[in-house]
Amino acid sequence: MDDPHLNRDVLVALQEVMEDEYPMLLDTFLADSEERLSLLRQQKDAGQLMETAHSFKGSSSNMGAVRLADLCHELEHCAKEQHPLPELEKLIGEIDREFAVVRPLYEAERQRSRYEKATVRRF
Amino acid sequence: MIAVQSPFESLTVLIAEDSAADRLLLSTIVRRQGHEVLTAANGAEAVEVFRQQRPQLVLMDAMMPVMDGFEAAQQIKALAGETLVPIIFLTSLTESEGLARCLEAGGDDFLAKPYNQVILAAKIKAMDRLRRLQATVLQQRDQIARHHNYLLNEQRVAKAVFDKVAHSGCLNAPNIRYLQSPYALFNGDLLLAAFTPAGDMHVLLGDFTGHGLPAAVGAMPLAEVFYGMTAKGYGLSETLREMNAKLKRILPVDMFCCATLLCLSFQRRSVEVWNGGMPDGYLHNIASDERTPLTARHLPLGVLSPETFDDRTEVFPMALGDRVFLLSDGVIDTCDADEQLFGVERLHQVFAANRQPEELFEEIEQALQDFRGEARDDVSMVEVSLLDATQMRPPTLVYSDSGQSCPLDWSVSFEFRAASLKRFNPLPYLLQLLLEVHGLRAQSGALYSVLAELYSNALEHGVLGLDSSLKRDASGFARYYQERNARLDALRSGYVRVHLEVVPTGEGGCLSIRVEDSGKGFDIARVMERPAENVRLSGRGVNLVQQLGRNASWSDNGRSARVEFFWEALA
Repeated sequence: MDDPHLNRDVLVALQEVMEDEYPMLLDTFLADSEERLSLLRQQKDAGQLMETAHSFKGSSSNMGAVRLADLCHELEHCAKEQHPLPELEKLIGEIDREFAVVRPLYEAERQRSRYEKATVRRF
Repeated sequence: MIAVQSPFESLTVLIAEDSAADRLLLSTIVRRQGHEVLTAANGAEAVEVFRQQRPQLVLMDAMMPVMDGFEAAQQIKALAGETLVPIIFLTSLTESEGLARCLEAGGDDFLAKPYNQVILAAKIKAMDRLRRLQATVLQQRDQIARHHNYLLNEQRVAKAVFDKVAHSGCLNAPNIRYLQSPYALFNGDLLLAAFTPAGDMHVLLGDFTGHGLPAAVGAMPLAEVFYGMTAKGYGLSETLREMNAKLKRILPVDMFCCATLLCLSFQRRSVEVWNGGMPDGYLHNIASDERTPLTARHLPLGVLSPETFDDRTEVFPMALGDRVFLLSDGVIDTCDADEQLFGVERLHQVFAANRQPEELFEEIEQALQDFRGEARDDVSMVEVSLLDATQMRPPTLVYSDSGQSCPLDWSVSFEFRAASLKRFNPLPYLLQLLLEVHGLRAQSGALYSVLAELYSNALEHGVLGLDSSLKRDASGFARYYQERNARLDALRSGYVRVHLEVVPTGEGGCLSIRVEDSGKGFDIARVMERPAENVRLSGRGVNLVQQLGRNASWSDNGRSARVEFFWEALA
């Protein structure tokens, strides 16, 4: 798997752990992320930016959104080091775009798992 | 004692994480590993859930709104108290500074994001082991504390019982000073003192091998023998033989009792000493400021069989104010930081520096403390001084019988021959017999003193032919008693006869005592002529008999002594 956006191995592992709740996990992540993105867009305070970026980084890494996690890490670092605001805003823009890339991937994954669930007889 | 726990125990795990997706993921992982899960979305919630449901382990996100993980961890640790509730911080913190904060807040471990199931399971297992270990330690600590309290309570009870026995004596007499730890009994140290019927004082300082309860157990029978036999008028030798035989019989082989026994005679102004295995005691002659060591000449009590036990004592003269000082081995065996012993030399230095005899104990204690760097609580010391006989008031004896059946008109004669004279002391039996006569009980001290005096005169000057003028000075005094022992050992023939006669006179009665011996007799007139003030260490006996009894007389060239005691109607 050399998808630069999504680590498919992580998704396989997550599905294995979550079983029936896998689609719910994906939904929760997407909803969480929307909320965090809107927080990032609004916040001008470096400290709060850093905290939001930190949390976002954590759940992105858990969900296998590799590049998204890297970008959040960079934002967290720059906010902490008090880089100029335009630079932070540029990073937030990149995070926004990266989320726009991975979001459909997660939605497709949810569809796939629903379909799988409907067709695979489980014991 | 310790509950056997199953290798896998399902835990209740609190997950505090503000990110809903992470919380859901982690909850599922932990639940799938067999644990029960509680969740909280911020630190304040986590503290509240902990307060109400007491989970056994906490997975805590560091950065959370409302209350962060650091603060929550501190509060949870405070709530948990002594119980170990492991907290694993969930963090994508990479800076060492942040990780250090987690530990400072009371965190026990970290788990980095993204989560790895295998590592998480291993960490929960490791933390559970730690948690159980802590619980076991606490349980054992409490158990030890309970046992310790139990033991202390047992010691308190044992000490209370023992004090009843041990303090039935006269340790509070005006001529005794002593220093003992309140729990000396459990260090094996034993101090007993009691008056004999004649008003002499017996003192025992003993030191059982070992510590704790085993050391204390032997003290009880020893004290019983000591008090019982002293009260009945037995001398040191008989008491020692009985104590040794009893300890030999009841104690295990490796247990015995080092002891020094004293018999302080206020009337004869002498001290009789037997030392078995104790450090040197000291007889302090105040006039010359010399200290005569009272050295151990015997094995401790409870070592030798009754047949081989040696009850020989030494007798030393004492002047008014002279003191006998005894101490336990705790004093000279005190070690300093370099394992050096305090030793006899340093004790002698303390003696030499002593100006106020009353401060000797304190000075010794101070010296030990200076030497060792801390105080000891297992040192026993006792000092007995010779006061004038009139200053000593032996307690009056209490009799339990009513006296209605007391015999009032009888006589009896005894003849004690060589084999009996060597080892047997008839005085306690004679006294017991005489004290059946109610009217004589008030004079039991005088009666015993006179009987003892007449008997020992008959034995020593009569049968053994010892010259009392030997006792003129201190060295002669010692020689006299050495000679007495030697001649007694060699004795083949001879006798002491004791005739007792009780007759009623009106409402009261009269006892006459006659003691005869097989010796050569003495010049009665010459002994009677000697002015009393010249009599220092010798010849005190005749005066004593004349003072305490009535109508004392000697006949048959001094071989027969007679004295009477009268009593009036009883109140």
